[in-house]
Amino acid sequence: METMAEGDSIGATRAARGVVSASGVTRRFGEGDTAVDALRGVTLDVPRGQFTAVMGPSGSGKSTLMHILAGLDRPTAGEVSIDGIDITRMGDQELTLLRRNHIGFIFQFFNLLPMLTAAENITLPLDLAGTKPDKAWVEEIVAKVGLGDRRAHRPSELSGGQQQRVAIARALISKPTVLFADEPTGNLDSTTGEEILHLLRDSVDTYGQTTLMVTHEPRAAAMADRILFLADGLIVRDAGKSTASEVLAAMNELRR
Amino acid sequence: MIGVSLKGLAGRKLRATLTALAIVLGVAMISGTYVLTDTIEKAFDSLFVEAYAGTDAVVTGKGAFETDFGLPPPFDEGVLADVKALPDVEAAVGGISDFAQLTDKQGDLISTQGAPALAFGIDTSEERFNALKLTAGAWPSGPGEVVIDAGTADQEGYGVGDTIGVAAEGPIREFTISGIAKFGSVDSIGSATFAVFDIPTAQTLFDKPGQLDGIQAAAKEGVAPQQLVDEIQPILPVGTEVQTADQEAKDATKDVADFTKFIRYFLLAFGGIALFVGAFVIFNTLSITVAQRVREFATLRTIGASRRQVLGSVILEALVIGLVASVVGLFAGLGLAKGLNSVLVSFGLDLPTAGIVFAGRTVAVSVVAGVVITLVAGILPAVRATRVPPIAAVREGATLPRSRFSRFSPYIAAITTVLGLALLLYGMFADDIGIGQRLGGIGAGCLILFVGVAGFSARLVRPLASVLGWPAVRVGGAAGRLARENSMRNPHRTAATAAALMIGLALITFVAVLAQGLRDSVGDAIDRQVNADYVVVSDDNFTPFEPASDAALAAVPGTEVVGIRGDRGRANGTEENVTGIDPAAIASVYDFDWVEGSDESLASLADGGAIVEQSFADDEALSVGSPLRVETPNGTQLSVEVKGVYKAPPFWEMLGNVSISREAFDASFQDPKNLYTFISVTGGATAGGERALEAALVDFPGVKLDTKSGFSKSQQDSIGPLLNLLYVLLALSVIVSLFGIVNTLVLSVFERTRELGMLRAVGMTRRQVRRMIRHESVITAMIGAVLGMVLGLFLAVLVTQALKDEGVIFSVPVVNLVVFAAIAVLAGMAAAIFPARRAARLNVLEALQYE
Ligand SMILES: Nc1ncnc2c1ncn2[C@@H]1O[C@H](COP(=O)(O)OP(=O)(O)OP(=O)(O)O)[C@@H](O)[C@H]1O
Ligand SMILES: [Mg+2]
Repeated sequence: METMAEGDSIGATRAARGVVSASGVTRRFGEGDTAVDALRGVTLDVPRGQFTAVMGPSGSGKSTLMHILAGLDRPTAGEVSIDGIDITRMGDQELTLLRRNHIGFIFQFFNLLPMLTAAENITLPLDLAGTKPDKAWVEEIVAKVGLGDRRAHRPSELSGGQQQRVAIARALISKPTVLFADEPTGNLDSTTGEEILHLLRDSVDTYGQTTLMVTHEPRAAAMADRILFLADGLIVRDAGKSTASEVLAAMNELRR
Repeated sequence: MIGVSLKGLAGRKLRATLTALAIVLGVAMISGTYVLTDTIEKAFDSLFVEAYAGTDAVVTGKGAFETDFGLPPPFDEGVLADVKALPDVEAAVGGISDFAQLTDKQGDLISTQGAPALAFGIDTSEERFNALKLTAGAWPSGPGEVVIDAGTADQEGYGVGDTIGVAAEGPIREFTISGIAKFGSVDSIGSATFAVFDIPTAQTLFDKPGQLDGIQAAAKEGVAPQQLVDEIQPILPVGTEVQTADQEAKDATKDVADFTKFIRYFLLAFGGIALFVGAFVIFNTLSITVAQRVREFATLRTIGASRRQVLGSVILEALVIGLVASVVGLFAGLGLAKGLNSVLVSFGLDLPTAGIVFAGRTVAVSVVAGVVITLVAGILPAVRATRVPPIAAVREGATLPRSRFSRFSPYIAAITTVLGLALLLYGMFADDIGIGQRLGGIGAGCLILFVGVAGFSARLVRPLASVLGWPAVRVGGAAGRLARENSMRNPHRTAATAAALMIGLALITFVAVLAQGLRDSVGDAIDRQVNADYVVVSDDNFTPFEPASDAALAAVPGTEVVGIRGDRGRANGTEENVTGIDPAAIASVYDFDWVEGSDESLASLADGGAIVEQSFADDEALSVGSPLRVETPNGTQLSVEVKGVYKAPPFWEMLGNVSISREAFDASFQDPKNLYTFISVTGGATAGGERALEAALVDFPGVKLDTKSGFSKSQQDSIGPLLNLLYVLLALSVIVSLFGIVNTLVLSVFERTRELGMLRAVGMTRRQVRRMIRHESVITAMIGAVLGMVLGLFLAVLVTQALKDEGVIFSVPVVNLVVFAAIAVLAGMAAAIFPARRAARLNVLEALQYE
């Protein structure tokens, strides 16, 4: 039924526009006096193969934006499309298939299944889709994330960094149109975090993997091709590749 | 602390409700049983008390000895005049009581399903002696009139003036309904029926010319009943006795009370099993919630709660659940009593009922049982909660510390299992123990065995789940594979959930296997004994019938018709079944397995001979040539000589332990009746021959003709209703265990919320989520089913072994077992519906952010 090939063909015809695009996206939580406007009109366009970082103070709406772009949440107003397909009006089944074929996730808390081995966790999305994993591809990914000798271990036998590597491999295995990562290094020490970021950068460079990452750390943002600064539910700055100190300066400016 | 625990409970309403349901059913069963049996008992009480309301003394016939069935012999009606003539007798009437079946409007006999089809001949001249109340019409007068019971009139649509058939001894006779009556204040007499005639009519109908079955007498003002009895006593002829009406009612009630008591304990046993299964469910649910609340307990400890307080809070939770569930169950029992009654009715046990009795004892027993069971089940989880150290409050992913005893747990389980087995074996095989001790040993042994097996079944979960999960992986794909992994994640949890189902299935399997064994034993025994083409028995398979049909059957050309007479009698002082056989013909329809003597010995029965079954011969040390004394219920003494000893299959002996010639039987037993009539046809059984025989039986209602194999089948099928009753009652425990599965799944879904969110995020569809939960449920159910069936088979082997001397065969009903496994799968699916729906409905985003 749903195959990789189908996703690819859609991608090819709509390549002209951004692979992820949002226009006038707002998101309001709650009603009346207690209503919170987490997003207040976000418009953006992410081209294929770009590594985008989203930064901003706590509560600025980063996670909310990412959830909406990934089809996990619906905007109150505005439109979102992935690979040129409007996802805002999709039903649950369509969204699930969209996630299966076009979207990869990396979570702050790894979210691996404790009873499956690393290798099984990695191929889980393919299993769910009922497709046979391409052996060579699996090998390549496992090697890429550096888990060669750990594939038979269960999450409880892996370090945090190793668990996140498994999560990255799981996200890459289905060659998603976009990879979303919400503070992927938030739960790791800085050295391990660095390794994970290099891995993400590497997948962008090697496979042209479009990636959107929410982060708090300037050093992480400095790995990206583009940095979006969010404040109070709006994109307040759209910067190109920057150094960590430039990012820090921009953040400090925002806080003021 | 009490507040914390109650608020916590209120915050977990769904869980608390599901937990409580596990107990509600068991308690309802107990309370329902009491309500039902109390109601039946009250109905019987009023039947008997009202029957003798205006009577002080009762005269009845008296046999040489009292048999288990059968009526006392009638006596001469002249006694009535003598009683009436006594100075202190105010009034007296005579009566006839016997049995007669009524017909429905199509002319077919109404089946009373084992309940009596009563018939009375009454003298209505003295109102005070009459316990029946007319609801329409008038009392019968004259040979063509009958009064029938209101239940039959309602059910069959009879009214005053209608014609109804009555089958007393012999063919159906037609009567006009002169009235309709009921027994005093009793609402329903169950499936029993009654027909009332005037005395002369009854005397003719039941072939008791100039005789009576009873006399009711009322004393003059100021004369005590006992005084009246003392006065009547001396004038009574031999073969009669007199008692006060009170005593008579008490005797009658006692028999019935024993019967209702049996039903009560029988049903209570199933309530107890349901409660026992409920205890497993509660234990498991509380264990899971305690494990999920480690953080909460630790936090309580850090802010100063003592271990005791933690213990108290969990116990209190169990107490509240138990109390609420018991009260709900208590009242649910009122409804269930009706349900139980209809279950009994549909299995042919329709008993009289009066207004509903809700006794204090019912309340006390139900509530105490429910609360105690819940508390007992809650103790272990509560103790475990106390072992949570305060530090767990700050530790990531804190889990319950392993118990100090946990490394001994396999040994504890093994010891428990062995203890259970030992008790079981003691109950089954020990010599010289009473029936109470035997049943107690078997019952307690089973329960302890279940606990023991449940204890180490956690170790079996992994291997069983890998095997039983194979179909899930095949049909469910990734969802199925995850389901299998999930079922192995928490072996203790899966094991405890499955164990609840295991108990129900073990008992069901046990019953099924034993029943199959009994059926095969019956079939085998009949095969080995009967050598006839056809067998005639009464419709209900056991009531002796009038031998008059034999002559009609014999008139069909080419048949050899051999009626087997049978009754209770005393042989050398012990009560035995005595049969009367035709010495010349018996060997052509019945295969004797001779120990002493041969078919030739049969000829010598005609002159004062008898043949005896081996077991009886052994008990009485009889052999060919031994003299034997046979006494009939009406006191006739026969002296016979043993001419042969044969061996009959112990489980289904078709002849009595003592058989004499039919001629001798007919001459000495009152009102001789046939147990069976065997028919051999030259050329064997043919459709044409069968039609001719059926035609010959047309005037003999109440008996049926079957080929030998048909007869064998219908005898085997006669345990069917009992078997179904057991299945229905055991189904209750299975339902309780399903609540357990629902409970565990709901708790697991709740615990795995984040995981479910992740799965949905990486592309699991709602359908796949439902499928995953469903397969986990089915795997758990299958583990329970497999364990249960193995245990059930094992128990059946033991019991069959214990009953080997009774001729019970071990035989496995493969089809039934396959059906049970299929039902377990379906039950697993049903249990998963609600949890699966909950899991599938989870909001992905919220699930992902769930702490
Ligand atoms: N489910 C919700 N219900 C109500 N308000 C919400 C919800 N989710 C987010 N918000 C609010 O929306 C705003 C944006 O939240 P969001 O989680 O997107 O912030 P964030 O930028 O990711 O912050 P952080 O860096 O702390 O993760 C916040 O004010 C938050 O309180
Ligand atoms: Mg966030």
